[in-house]
Amino acid sequence: MSRLDLSQKLAILSDAARYDASCASSGTTRRDSRDGKGLGSTEGSGICHAYAPDGRCISLLKILMTNFCIYDCAYCVNRVSSNVQRARFSPDEVVQLTIEFYRRNYIEGLFLSSGIIQSPDKTMEDMLRIAKRLREVENFRGYIHLKTIPDAAPELIEEAGLYADRLSINVELPTDQSVQAYAPEKNPATIRKAMGDVKARKDVAGERSYTGKRGKRFVPAGQSTQMIVGADGSTDATILGQSTMLYGDYKLKRVYYSAFSPIPDATAKLPLIKPPLAREHRLYQADWLLRFYGFGVDEITAARPDGNLDLDIDPKLAWALQNRALFPVNVNRASKEMLLRVPGFGTRTVGRILSTRRYRSLRYDDLLRMGASLKKAQAFITAHDWTPGGLTDSVNLRARFAPPPEQLSLF
Amino acid sequence: MYTVPLPRIGTDLAWRDAAKRLIGAGVSPEDILWDFDNEMGELFAIDTPLPPVTRRIKAPQSFVEMADWVVWHKDPQRFARLYALLWRLRHQPGLMQDRADADLAKLRQMEKGVHRCKHKMKAFVRFRDLRQGGARRSFAAWFEPTHHTVEPTAPFFARRFADMDWMIATPDVTAQFIDGNLTFHPGQPKPDLPEDATEALWGTYFCNIFNPARLKVSAMTSEMPKKYWKNLPEARHIHDLIAGAEAKVQEMRDAAPTLPPERVAKIKRQLRGED
Repeated sequence: MSRLDLSQKLAILSDAARYDASCASSGTTRRDSRDGKGLGSTEGSGICHAYAPDGRCISLLKILMTNFCIYDCAYCVNRVSSNVQRARFSPDEVVQLTIEFYRRNYIEGLFLSSGIIQSPDKTMEDMLRIAKRLREVENFRGYIHLKTIPDAAPELIEEAGLYADRLSINVELPTDQSVQAYAPEKNPATIRKAMGDVKARKDVAGERSYTGKRGKRFVPAGQSTQMIVGADGSTDATILGQSTMLYGDYKLKRVYYSAFSPIPDATAKLPLIKPPLAREHRLYQADWLLRFYGFGVDEITAARPDGNLDLDIDPKLAWALQNRALFPVNVNRASKEMLLRVPGFGTRTVGRILSTRRYRSLRYDDLLRMGASLKKAQAFITAHDWTPGGLTDSVNLRARFAPPPEQLSLF
Repeated sequence: MYTVPLPRIGTDLAWRDAAKRLIGAGVSPEDILWDFDNEMGELFAIDTPLPPVTRRIKAPQSFVEMADWVVWHKDPQRFARLYALLWRLRHQPGLMQDRADADLAKLRQMEKGVHRCKHKMKAFVRFRDLRQGGARRSFAAWFEPTHHTVEPTAPFFARRFADMDWMIATPDVTAQFIDGNLTFHPGQPKPDLPEDATEALWGTYFCNIFNPARLKVSAMTSEMPKKYWKNLPEARHIHDLIAGAEAKVQEMRDAAPTLPPERVAKIKRQLRGED
């Protein structure tokens, strides 16, 4: 095999990394390099420096250290039994790419992941070496996200948390059975233990000692995970139930849903379907309702008997249509909790309604200016000059929002 | 009648100072002409000196913050609109909380436009290495902002790229950062920047991080509008990526499953601890 040059390696190892959904670079500590001795800054919200034609943001240099892997996870392009071309970056190459891309303002930082080579500990050590060099030799103050290897020694994961802004460990699939079936070398209990360790360590770092000193900075942007959707038979209710557990028990910052999409040299075990993008989108909407709108999993998934979300309309609208007896709500008097449940009202709109109605009674046009989507909301609210009349309870209300039925193609 | 000259560089402070004096003297909005960067020429210039600062003027903090954004908008009416709202605030102190007021809504919308422009500038400036040698490395970029956002955005670049020298040239204002000092200069035509080999690597990354099975062109263009493409080195690949996406996915589907490579059996034995 001829030696690969840097560009060829980059092609192979970014191709191998594109199935990781996360590219977030937000929510870490504020840092800058005004002292002139380092490079980089992080200021709260991350920046998307480019968008690929798949509509996804490019914020970080998202690459694998190597795509050689000894595991055989059926859904993964890098599994040992696949014949994709393999490559491996040297630590120096990763450091130089990160720094040179950063200096040209292409990226916010590095998202480093890796196939498992030799052993989980060896892989994790190599990743650590890269992160440490970026921080200590290059004085890099931008964002670093490390994908941790769940089976690596806890000390290594702990050290990773000192250099990284975020750590992630993928739960991969929504149920333990699916993980066992499709990722035989991975152990769901080990994954959860690793997440638990990171959480415990982060809790300690957040506490002050009796002298009032804070612990060392430890993964300030928290940890996240990813689940593949559509590779196994899990329902949306199962998936969202799992997310609720992850947010609650492990205080995860984000759970990413990744629609299973065709990969090169796929295994015969998994069909190469069209990626279920609509389903992925509805799951993210539901995830938001769980975290920011006060909904419970049962409420969101009760609309359909099969435990899946309605693909034609968004989950909040689906819930409202099922619970029409609670509507219409009066925007001038309803509680914040109830306003958050109105389809077409986001958290910002609700905030604006609450602040403005202290001064005067709100009208239909006022709501438009506040950014409400009244096409959706109008059937569910009353305002100073608006009542929906019979609209709230009309039989064909759902049809106003759902796309018209598609004719099945015969050929 | 007052004509208030406002410079292109330092617009924010000049507007704030003038507004303070005028509101203090009770000058009503229709008696003021705001002249940005001498755009009115001599025709309407009335050389009345601004009234002196007489007393402390109180304006809600939220207005001051909003004005700091809106002054950079490209709308020629921005100064007059801000002053008109400030005028109304004298008798309607709660006005800033009224998210449904039409004048305020318009200003908030302009604020959002500047916000977005600033954000896109942070995202889409692309530096090229000037390879000049010396203790500090130096880089330069050409950018075309929608609003007058170079001045309020440059400090972000100074905080981020403090260990190198850089210049962001635009048709509006050019920012320069040399040895830790940030300065602003009049805008300029597009400079001839040297080729930078790292752009090809960045293009390679852009093409390979793209997942052809998830083509969603409108999601891309809503966040990265075409008007920015001509100054983004990666954008030259977009056309081919879109055109080839479907064929690539079909190729993956059509490929028959391959036999695992020979090393697999050995690796699996090792993993099970049998070797």
